[in-house]
Amino acid sequence: MLKKFIATAGWPRVIIGLFLFALFVAAPFVGVRISTSLSDTLVRFGMNGVMVLALIPMVQAGCGLNFGLPLGIIAGLLGATTSIELGVRGALGFAVAVGLSVPIAAVLGYGYGQLLNRVKGDEMMIATYVGFSSVAFMCMAWLLLPYKNPTMVWGYQGSGLRTTISVNEYWFHILSDFFSFKIGTFYFPTGMFLFFGFMSLLMWLFMKTKTGTAMTAVGSNPEFARASGVNVDRMRIVSVVLSTIFGAIGILVYQQSFGFIQLYMGPFYMALPAVAAILLGGASVNRATIFNVAVGTFLFQGILTMTPSVINSVLKTDMSEVIRIIVSNGMILYALTRKAQVKR
Amino acid sequence: MPEVPLLKLENVGKEYFGNRVLAKVDFSLNRGEILGLVGENGAGKSTLMNILFGMPVISGTGGYEGNIVLDGRVVRFNSPFDALEAGIGMVHQEFSLIPGFSAAENILLNREALNGSILELVFSERLNTLDRPAMRRRAARAIQTLGVDIGVDTIASEMPVGYKQFIEIAREIDRTRTRLLVLDEPTAVLTETEARILLDALRKLADGGISIIFISHRLQEVKSLCDKIVVLRDGNVIREESARSASIRDIAAWMVGRQVDDSRPPRTGKVSDEVALSVRNLWVDMPGETVRDATFDVHRGEIFGIGGLAGQGKLGIPNGIMGLSPSGGEVALFGKKIELDTPRKALDSGMAFVSEDRRGVGLLLSERIDWNIAFTGMQVQNRFLRGIPGLGNLVRIRDDAAIAEETERYIRALEIRCTGPGQRAVELSGGNQQKICLAKAFSMRPELLLICEPTRGIDVGARELVLNTLRRYNEEYGTTILITSSELEELRSVCDRVAIVGEGKIAGILPATSPAERFGLLMMGAVGDGDEAAQREAAGNA
Repeated sequence: MLKKFIATAGWPRVIIGLFLFALFVAAPFVGVRISTSLSDTLVRFGMNGVMVLALIPMVQAGCGLNFGLPLGIIAGLLGATTSIELGVRGALGFAVAVGLSVPIAAVLGYGYGQLLNRVKGDEMMIATYVGFSSVAFMCMAWLLLPYKNPTMVWGYQGSGLRTTISVNEYWFHILSDFFSFKIGTFYFPTGMFLFFGFMSLLMWLFMKTKTGTAMTAVGSNPEFARASGVNVDRMRIVSVVLSTIFGAIGILVYQQSFGFIQLYMGPFYMALPAVAAILLGGASVNRATIFNVAVGTFLFQGILTMTPSVINSVLKTDMSEVIRIIVSNGMILYALTRKAQVKR
Repeated sequence: MPEVPLLKLENVGKEYFGNRVLAKVDFSLNRGEILGLVGENGAGKSTLMNILFGMPVISGTGGYEGNIVLDGRVVRFNSPFDALEAGIGMVHQEFSLIPGFSAAENILLNREALNGSILELVFSERLNTLDRPAMRRRAARAIQTLGVDIGVDTIASEMPVGYKQFIEIAREIDRTRTRLLVLDEPTAVLTETEARILLDALRKLADGGISIIFISHRLQEVKSLCDKIVVLRDGNVIREESARSASIRDIAAWMVGRQVDDSRPPRTGKVSDEVALSVRNLWVDMPGETVRDATFDVHRGEIFGIGGLAGQGKLGIPNGIMGLSPSGGEVALFGKKIELDTPRKALDSGMAFVSEDRRGVGLLLSERIDWNIAFTGMQVQNRFLRGIPGLGNLVRIRDDAAIAEETERYIRALEIRCTGPGQRAVELSGGNQQKICLAKAFSMRPELLLICEPTRGIDVGARELVLNTLRRYNEEYGTTILITSSELEELRSVCDRVAIVGEGKIAGILPATSPAERFGLLMMGAVGDGDEAAQREAAGNA
């Protein structure tokens, strides 16, 4: 029974799960409240979940891990800023942001997919640079785009977007607070979880459609797919477009919970944690499931939340930022070495 | 003769995770003797050879039972290097050549002839330069021993498959220490002429004192080459027999454990005069199998065979018709023109295809059996889909239950040995994989079925089943079938008519009942004698 569980879950997840459990057990003894830690973990899970989910289609279609996720995030940022520029508030504002980002993401994803079809075999390397260069390009664009809303532009100049923009008056916690509840200091962002569940359901259904099945076959053996009459290049583009759209929606979910839109170098650092989470969840470079996403995101965000607070309290100094960096990058490194193992 | 045998296996057995694959295998092999090891796929041949060669997969799964006695001493190899050291050479089914290296470099890999240098004294011989002329001489000698003519400077990736096989064997011959040579299906990729050259060469090696274990599905070869035949079935040695006294029919019967009936009942299917497939001036640019100008008609309900030597273009024809290789010309199915170069159009028109490259094109190796079988039907014919309850047919998703059901049906009908529809295709044996490819094609309910090399690399039992299934399918549903195969006998036994392809053209079409000589003449007429054919193949590949 136990053996079977370990075999299905995989040792890495068992070990990290136990470590996370140990941190929760240790927390009260060093004065860290479990309830707040737990809700922090859950909030972070909800914030990041959709972006991790965005990696599935490209992995399944054999395009590898989407290191070009920043491209989707940029689409999300464009949607978010434009929505604020239009001055729509509340749920409608969030819907407008989603509605604007999806077509932008589809267009950007299409071009990105075309590019990846020309570099078969080196997708992940090229994707990384697509991510980097799009971020750099947008650094210029954010300054030049003709936004006027005073909450977003630099005050003394009257033009160019700020590095961080508050969504407080627009759609702060619009998803998180939907049916959310509090038990003492424990806060549960119900709406964000419902939204993650909804997006997962969409992804699950899509992977079960004819197109989704074809996509998996393309990733598994493109020659087989071709001989079965599937247009391999088109399937790959569909997967990239889908991944980019999910990335765009993912960052909007992140922002409404976080409360800020982070421009300029913000998207630069978003792909690696998502990749690390999905790998940690047991996905490989050519196979990923929604289960991998859920498990991986929970473990990764859990460790990221718990380690700094617990260890900080033990050491009695403020090292949280240093520890956070060491832990998150260490886990990415660990997850990426695991990738090589799976490939064999 | 009280001679100590070179190799003696005593009670060798092996279990994989409680699953017994070998039990009490006993046999011996004298110097200069050739032993033919035959058995169905999954009979334990590969496992036995892995044990003999010290492959890590054996020690990694708990080692083996019994003893291997080499030259009177019990040996236990922990790695292939130990086995090489002891003088055992092995030629595997899969090629292990470095594509960018020349023949000579491949043959002498890691045993290169070296020029002495002063650095050797300080460091080791790793820093010496290669003595290329000596290497070429040694490589040429090894190739010559085999009786073939391959340039020592030919790059491995540019060789026809047959040559690669010779290079692999030459590599083992060059090892001066080799006393025992194990060949796993060495003739599977060779043309008949090449196979004959190889068999002669092996005989010569044996006369020179090297013992050989020869594994093959081609019983004719085993019988003509070997001194002794060992038949394995389900991990047991069923029979150890002198090759002279056993007939092929006997051997086949021992292998499958039942009487093999290779005479098929007379054809009952009706062949109409209506033309099902018409091919006019077809050219196909398929590497190594170029078709230049093929024109022929296949009638409705007919089983039409395409034969010919390797590299002459017979495989190019079906691959071109299916749009898998760049092609041109005119192809029509029941009078309707088929757009070439797009597999989807061919599939839409009612064709189904079984590729000769089972693992590369034919299967989703890492996916479930049922996906493999249902995928094409789902993509092309929109089958195995269902609406979501409450949404009607707005979004249609995979109907996993229907897929599993269809698969169960074929598992029963084709006797696919597996744990169920959920097993991954990669875990099955070659014969069962081939049955899955057939099931995939049958499941499309095609008007025209194109099958390439239906029995390549599968054993006697499965071969009969596959051929009989094709015949039965044709008779029950009136499906027109186009079979491409290197085995002329097989074509003659199932087809109505057989076309022979030479130099990318149809050399002639004969009724299957024509005497074998006439087919032979067609093949030879197209290509002259065998050696010339080999040369032309090389030229075509360059």
